[in-house]
Amino acid sequence: MTCVGTIRLAVVVGAIGLLELCCRLEFIDYRSVIPPSEMATSLIRILSSHEIYPDIARTLGVVVIAVAISIVLGFALGLLIHAMPRVRQALDPLLATYYAVPIFIFYPVMVAIFGLSIIPIVLIGVATAAVAMIIATLNGLDRVPRVLTKVARVHRMGPLATALRLKLPAAAPHLFTGVKLAVSYGFIAVIASEFILAPAGLGRDIADAYNDFNNRKMYALILLLLIFATVVNMALHAWDQRWAERRGVRSS
Amino acid sequence: MTATKRAADSLIILIIVLAIWQALHQMVGDTALPSPGVTLLYLARFLPSERFFENAAATLTSFIYALFIAYGLGLAIGVWLGAHRLSGAVGEPLLVALYSIPKITLYPVILLIFGLGISGKVAFGALHGILPVALLTMSAIRNIPPVYLKVARTLHLSKRQAIFTVLFPATLPEVVAGLRIGLTVTLLGVLLAEMFASKRGLGFLIINAMQLAQSEEILTVAIVLFVFAALANSLLLWVEHRLHHRA
Repeated sequence: MTCVGTIRLAVVVGAIGLLELCCRLEFIDYRSVIPPSEMATSLIRILSSHEIYPDIARTLGVVVIAVAISIVLGFALGLLIHAMPRVRQALDPLLATYYAVPIFIFYPVMVAIFGLSIIPIVLIGVATAAVAMIIATLNGLDRVPRVLTKVARVHRMGPLATALRLKLPAAAPHLFTGVKLAVSYGFIAVIASEFILAPAGLGRDIADAYNDFNNRKMYALILLLLIFATVVNMALHAWDQRWAERRGVRSS
Repeated sequence: MTATKRAADSLIILIIVLAIWQALHQMVGDTALPSPGVTLLYLARFLPSERFFENAAATLTSFIYALFIAYGLGLAIGVWLGAHRLSGAVGEPLLVALYSIPKITLYPVILLIFGLGISGKVAFGALHGILPVALLTMSAIRNIPPVYLKVARTLHLSKRQAIFTVLFPATLPEVVAGLRIGLTVTLLGVLLAEMFASKRGLGFLIINAMQLAQSEEILTVAIVLFVFAALANSLLLWVEHRLHHRA
């Protein structure tokens, strides 16, 4: 491991150790934060009892569905909007401020329409994540070198072939940024919706544990979610780096 | 000419949005989604009311405090990690990792630590805002072209002169971009905290309206928030454009 990596690891371990110490010495009230070691042991116990697995599968399944739809839909809409500069100009302010409003406030409206199934949660996830993908697609297409579109014209490629075989790979790095954002927005939207109202799911379980003053379970599940999110993000980041290296670009 | 054309385009988009809204309303009925007309009437009655004023003031106060903390800490961390190479190399992946975790999962923790008051809202808002400000400030400082620093050295500028006449103006556009993103996510953080952990503020009004199934109120508050965020955002965007096109 490099020197920088060692220091980084030391910082993380130190921070966790400090939290552990503060909890053990009762600088931090046990009723508000439990020591990290207890979070971990509680999580292991919950995982070994297997009863949480349906909720994990449900939440992650919804996130995967929502993100997959968002990526495809966002790319398609991005292509469409990019082809119409006037529409794009008019939509620009809307896209720029879209994320300032928590989209999941419309979740109850969706529940009223579709009932308490996974459909409203998926829809909220898509509504939140797809716009990041649209914005990333627009950014990516802006940076497709003009010579490539000329190549497409020279080869008499149709619009669909141009989009899939030429623009998609050329804009790939920016699209990947969109994918990363879509994953994290999708995650947030699904968890938030489950917090508000859902028959099952990890967000629901955390809210229940909070309401029951069951701190050990609550912290264990929060830890689980954070581990999931971090692992997924690190995997995407590593993938991104590898692509960048293959293209011979140093990614920042 | 272009300005009027652009205004016309935006107007067309607005009309399309209203038309879709009306169509959805006709499909799903009054309780799920009130019509745009009903909502706008509600908005007209809601805006002058004391209830709106009190809750908006509560949100605005928490938002300003949270923004203050987010900007202060974010800029400090960003400058530190940008200027000190080793700290930056150690800290950047940590910041990126922290930035990408869904902070909403931490709301029960904030609630347990800070309780239902304003401090929880401020903490949750600041928690959202610090990281983008820090990350963009850091990258702004790292991306200063080395030739600028050489010029400063060649001209024998003092450290203070170099900071104020070279480094500060060179980093400003990207820092302002960070402040703009920080502003929207801080607002989002404050609203989230109000929704889950407060008895006052616009976020609380939304969650309350959700529980009472008052769709007009949800939509009305959403419109108010959207307009506020859009105005603040375009103000900072305008500053950003000015900074990019100066000189």
